[in-house]
Amino acid sequence: MELSRLPAYLAGRLVKAAIVILAIVVCNFFLIHAAPGDPASIIAGQSGSADARFLEQLRAQFGLDQPLYVQLWMYLKGVLTLDLGFSHRQQASVAALVWDRLPATLLLTGAAFIFAIVLGVTMGALAARRVGTWWDSIITVLALAFYATPLFWVGLMLVLLFSVTLEWLPSFGMMSVGVEMSGIGKVLDVGKHLLLPALTLGLFYVAVYARLSRATMLEVADQDFVKTARAKGVPEGRILRRHILRNAMLPVITFAGIQAGQLIGGSILVETVFAWPGIGRLAFEALLARDYQVLMGVFFCTSVMVVLFNLITDLLYAVVDPRVEVS
Amino acid sequence: MTRLLTVENLTVGLPQGADRPHAVEGLSLHVDAGEILCVVGESGSGKSITANTVMGLLPKLLPVKGGSITFEGEDILALSEEAMRDRRGRRMAMVFQEPMTALNPLMKVGDQIAEALAVHGRGQDAAKRVPELLAAVNLPDPASIARSHPFRLSGGQRQRVMIAMALALEPALLIADEPTTALDVTTQMQILRLVREIQSRQGMGVMFITHDFGVVAEIADRVVVMQHGRIVEQGAAQQVLNAPQHPYTRALIAAVPHGDAAARPAVSVQPMLEMKGIEKTYHRGGWFGPKATVRAIHSADFTLFKGETLGLVGESGSGKSTLARCVVRLVEPEKGEIIFAGEDLRPLSRTGWLPYRKRIQMVFQDPYASLNPRRKVGDAIAEGPITYGVDPAEARARAAELLRLVQLDPSALERYPHEFSGGQRQRIGLARALAMQPELLIADEPVSALDVSVQAQVLNLLADIRKRLGLTMLFITHDLRVAAQICDRIAVMQRGAIVEIGSTAEVFGAPKHPYTRALLDSIPGQGWTPPDLSRSA
Repeated sequence: MELSRLPAYLAGRLVKAAIVILAIVVCNFFLIHAAPGDPASIIAGQSGSADARFLEQLRAQFGLDQPLYVQLWMYLKGVLTLDLGFSHRQQASVAALVWDRLPATLLLTGAAFIFAIVLGVTMGALAARRVGTWWDSIITVLALAFYATPLFWVGLMLVLLFSVTLEWLPSFGMMSVGVEMSGIGKVLDVGKHLLLPALTLGLFYVAVYARLSRATMLEVADQDFVKTARAKGVPEGRILRRHILRNAMLPVITFAGIQAGQLIGGSILVETVFAWPGIGRLAFEALLARDYQVLMGVFFCTSVMVVLFNLITDLLYAVVDPRVEVS
Repeated sequence: MTRLLTVENLTVGLPQGADRPHAVEGLSLHVDAGEILCVVGESGSGKSITANTVMGLLPKLLPVKGGSITFEGEDILALSEEAMRDRRGRRMAMVFQEPMTALNPLMKVGDQIAEALAVHGRGQDAAKRVPELLAAVNLPDPASIARSHPFRLSGGQRQRVMIAMALALEPALLIADEPTTALDVTTQMQILRLVREIQSRQGMGVMFITHDFGVVAEIADRVVVMQHGRIVEQGAAQQVLNAPQHPYTRALIAAVPHGDAAARPAVSVQPMLEMKGIEKTYHRGGWFGPKATVRAIHSADFTLFKGETLGLVGESGSGKSTLARCVVRLVEPEKGEIIFAGEDLRPLSRTGWLPYRKRIQMVFQDPYASLNPRRKVGDAIAEGPITYGVDPAEARARAAELLRLVQLDPSALERYPHEFSGGQRQRIGLARALAMQPELLIADEPVSALDVSVQAQVLNLLADIRKRLGLTMLFITHDLRVAAQICDRIAVMQRGAIVEIGSTAEVFGAPKHPYTRALLDSIPGQGWTPPDLSRSA
């Protein structure tokens, strides 16, 4: 795609993205309201008093006595001004809660994402380069094992090995408790905490990328232009880097876009196993506590992320592949 | 003349389980500097394998089992992989058949040519050489072409880029593997002239692989004819073309569509199909992108009379397939009338259309893609009649009969499409179309994907069936020689319009439109009249 067309393309995509997010917000609203149970009685229950008058008062206070479409309108108005409501359980605004937890999740998923792509593509490239040899077999078996093993089990085993037996790495949290650190020490400390959860979260995708890139590289290696490169005397290493790998990356980019969205949702399990203070755990806790305002806030935040990652993927694709037309 | 390349007694194996033990067996040939050697043969004859062996590009599955290849005085089979790589592109270069896929889609074409220079240590010249090379292959505005990605270029332009790339380091030997087969006839002629011109300017040796004796007549100094991995005949071009010795060469030359149109009697005056004012326009873009419209069909009126064969001839993108697809509603035109047997088909509803589906049938170009690989041939042929209520047993009996009609054994009923060759599959496609007992048969490039001898068989079969069943046929082709052989009348299409229509003899003998003349002038091998081999063969 020509860069001069990029702004118009971007504007169009942003409008579409906004429409998609709006639709998701409306769906979430109805989904939550379809769940059985009266929010007012939950709040009342938590504050220890449940007489009818108090309930009425609560309903009036939070607009729960209004018809559903009025509630929706109020919620939408709030979302447009980034006011996602108030959590009575946590006594804090939902936006603040989500905003507080978001960096931790982005750090974890970002690390897992990069780890998965780098290791997965490297493994796939290696297997494709030496297809049919024992390298290929080992990588294929490893990938299958990563693919088939449940996330939480991998997490527990990693904790058992590296935290309990070897005592190399911390088993939970994001920072060491009770130790004041700054600068490089703090980065290293977070890094040590990050290693196991990121590994756990990324392993499954390592397998996916390894298999995907192996298959596409083998496919691309068979194409005519690779033979053209060989016929003009390009050395094998350069053929691999400049001709095969670049073309094989196109499906990987597509999948990476999907994964980036999934990772945020998928991190719920890993954040719970490793007590990582991110959005996933926030969502899990909110679910257990029936804290619907927080749950909707988390949904909103993750849907924005997914749409955003899709947009980034499409842009990246358009930059890498000149054939993608603005349409 | 200096001897450039000598291949002696070369034998290349095939993997186990192939239909013969060797891809190439006991092959000896040579190429001198400054000459064009044409290697001719049908698909599977081993001509590409020979070229790839010389280039050192054989897949590992195919081992060289014996013989020697001497290039510029060196035994290149004994060279190391790295030494061979150094010679590739620098001393010997290759151009491939399929220009649409032979260039890296993600790299600008200028960069791809520059890469050829860079890997041989001449990267510093690239800025100067790339535009020079692109100009040398007659591409307009070399600087902007160099900055384009391959998808922006047409097939002919891409093939020129491939040739420019092959010439980048002024190799002594150029191997061209069917470089014009995938191109339109006018583009083919331009590329053939270009190869000729560059070859004589630089004094290269050229090994030109082709299946088309017209191309041979156009370009060859010497000819090698291959069959089943062996050379059956070689000699000077004039000698092989005009006095072929080996029966296989004679058969190949006899199968070349000769392109002279015998005057045919007018068949009837009863119109079967009339196309009036058909228009089809494709739109692209919208919302934020720029809009573009392509007028795929406009002013393309014609009448097809009962019992005649009308050829729709044109180059790729001329709209000939789109027009034919309008008739069977694979494409829905915006305007116009499609009058079949007195009724306008265009405004009909889906159900209104149903009775006509049966009466108009189509045979497609690609015999490999147009049959469902998971269905037995018998089921494929009987499916149409059964959906129209014919008793299954009867439909299958009829399918067996049809297979006999297209000269296949009825045992084919129980087999799957992959067990058949391209020509056989095209016959199955024909049987499938005939199973509906159509009145009008639309054949969309039915022989383009076939070898020349198979092509001749299928054309004869079509002519025969047409006569026996009294079919009316709309025959779409890009090859004027094929059209001349089978069509009563010819309509020439260019950019969505019929520019000339007339009897085959008129169109060939006295073409009126300049485009028709250009097409006729582009038929390769104009100066060569194939010898009449019918008496002695």
